[in-house]
Order: sequence, then C-alpha cells, then structure tokens
Amino acid sequence: MVLQQPPDPLIIAERWMLEGRDVAIATVIETWGSSPRQAGSQLVIDNSGNFEGSVSGGCVEAAVIAEAADVIRHGKPAMLEFGVADETAWKVGLSCGGRIKVYVERLG
Amino acid sequence: MDPFCLKKLNKERLERRAAILLTDLTDGRDRVVKETDPVAGKLGEAIRKAFLTGQSGAIEIDGSSFFLNVYLPSPRLVVIGAVHISEALAPMAKAAGYEMEIIDPRSAFATPERFPDVAVYADWPHDVLLERPLDSYCAMAVLSHDPKIDDPALEMALKAGCFYIGALGSRTTHAKRIERLKTLGFNDDHTSLINAPIGLDIGAVGPQEIAVAIIGGVIKAFRARDNLGKDGN
Repeated sequence: MVLQQPPDPLIIAERWMLEGRDVAIATVIETWGSSPRQAGSQLVIDNSGNFEGSVSGGCVEAAVIAEAADVIRHGKPAMLEFGVADETAWKVGLSCGGRIKVYVERLG
Repeated sequence: MDPFCLKKLNKERLERRAAILLTDLTDGRDRVVKETDPVAGKLGEAIRKAFLTGQSGAIEIDGSSFFLNVYLPSPRLVVIGAVHISEALAPMAKAAGYEMEIIDPRSAFATPERFPDVAVYADWPHDVLLERPLDSYCAMAVLSHDPKIDDPALEMALKAGCFYIGALGSRTTHAKRIERLKTLGFNDDHTSLINAPIGLDIGAVGPQEIAVAIIGGVIKAFRARDNLGKDGN
C-alpha cells in the first residue's frame, strides 16, 4: 500500500539508510505564533546535503540542513530555535513572525 | 533515532496502523508505541490523548521532557450508494480531511460526471472492498436503499471494526435490516454499533442537511474512538 503524500520523508530516510548513507532527521517540536508547519513535521537530510520534507515554509531549512551536517558527524542531537526574538531569525528570516523549535538527531 | 524504530514505524504506517514515536528529549532515546500497547501513568494518559487528537507535541513529566510524534492513518469514508446525499457529502468529506470513495454497482448512478472529485467504483461492495480492505480507520455510510447492495457492505464494516458505521433508513427499515444481519450471525452488540437513523440528530431535511449530519457523526465518532488495548485490525 502506498502512503498518501509521496515522497514521504521517513520512507526516504529508511531507503537512504539501506543504501548506506548517513542520515539526520529534523522534527518540529514546538511552534508559537503563526508557523507554517505544525509540531511533528519532519525534514530528513543525508550526508551529501540531500533533503526531503519540511519544517517551515522554507525559511529555516538551510540553517537546519547546515546543523544536520554537524549532527551526522558528531552523533549528538541538537535543539534549534528560530524566531523573531532570536537574532539568527533575522538572518534566516521566519517571515511569518512565528517561532519554532526543531530537534535534529542522527539516524543510528 | 534508532534505525529499528524507524523500520517499525514505517511498517506500521504502511499497513495503516496508528503509531507514536516517543522520544526522550533528555537522552535522545526513542520507542514506537502502538495503539494496542499498554502504557501506564501520566505518559500513558498523554499517549492516549495524542492518539485521539492526532496532535503531536512535547510534554514534561517528572522532570523529563518527551516528544510524542503521532502518525495516524488518513481516515477513509466509504459511501455505499451513488445517491444525492453522496453528492452533497463529497465536498464536505474533503473539507473535513476524509478520503471519500463511493461504491455502487448501478453504473447509471455511479458516474464520474456526477462525482468529479471522488473515487467512484461501479461495482459490488463485496468485490471492491476485497480489493481495498476496510480497517479501523474507515467510516462507512450505507445509503443505497437496496439491501442487496447495503447488507454485504455492512457485514464487512462490522467485521473490520470501522470506527463509524451509519445506515440510512427509517426505524422500520432499520429493524428489518437488523433481522437480516442476525440471520448472518450478528448479535445485538454488533448491530448496536450501526448508527441509524444515520448521522447526528439535527433534524436534517433534504440531502444537504443529511450530509451535514453524517459528516458530523463521523467526526464525533473519530474523536471518541478508543482502540487502546484492543486487538489491531
């Protein structure tokens, strides 16, 4: 049976894992204000920077992908926060004015 | 994430079973919780609520921080009978997030022209539902008015444990329906699971209002369902 919305990030993560790639999984843990993606939304990233899924409307993905490279290297999970109150938010630009917390972990 | 958890989670999702990925944010450890798994205490209560609402979120319990990521199968609404109520129901089901499909062997009724946005199967329910099996994340609305079409569908919905089963018809019609189902081996416990007259009691008049009553009944049943501790389907 096929899932409803291919490509599904977690199905892709499993495929990448079977291909022997190193994989990180980013998950939206909490949102405040108007955030485009709700808690539980996921983005999967491999060691070459390929990614699938989303944790925002596209505004913080680049920063999450950069952090994922470190997480893959060190194996230690990271909790990232993006929001208007945060200086980095001006750089990555959560245009919606919301705040989000993203958990990035290595698969395996 | 533990690779074993990822495999287990994907397997559950592909087989249309609800699952929660429970991550301890303090140490990064995770586990997959199924609806049938018993979990006690405050965490168990949070898991139960998450399965019901489908809302993922973080919780603090006794100084530990957990994230519950809920994966529910997308609910299907299977409608037996390509009738006027089905036409009114189609856009409402879509708006409420249900994948609706219509089954009616009367090919003059079940035409794509009448139902542009819905999967329509102009075949007998028994045949269609063998190909596309029902499960506990399916709702069924039986609307064809023809026992030859409706009864086999009801039988399959009862056996599959659909979270909502509604049947159109007056109390007299339904009493006769129950008698027929009893000759097939169903008892009062089974037949009491059928919502008839169909839908919420809002005094609905005409196909559009009956469709509102049906989708309301489906949503109510979905948010009240309790598969915890039951055998999976």
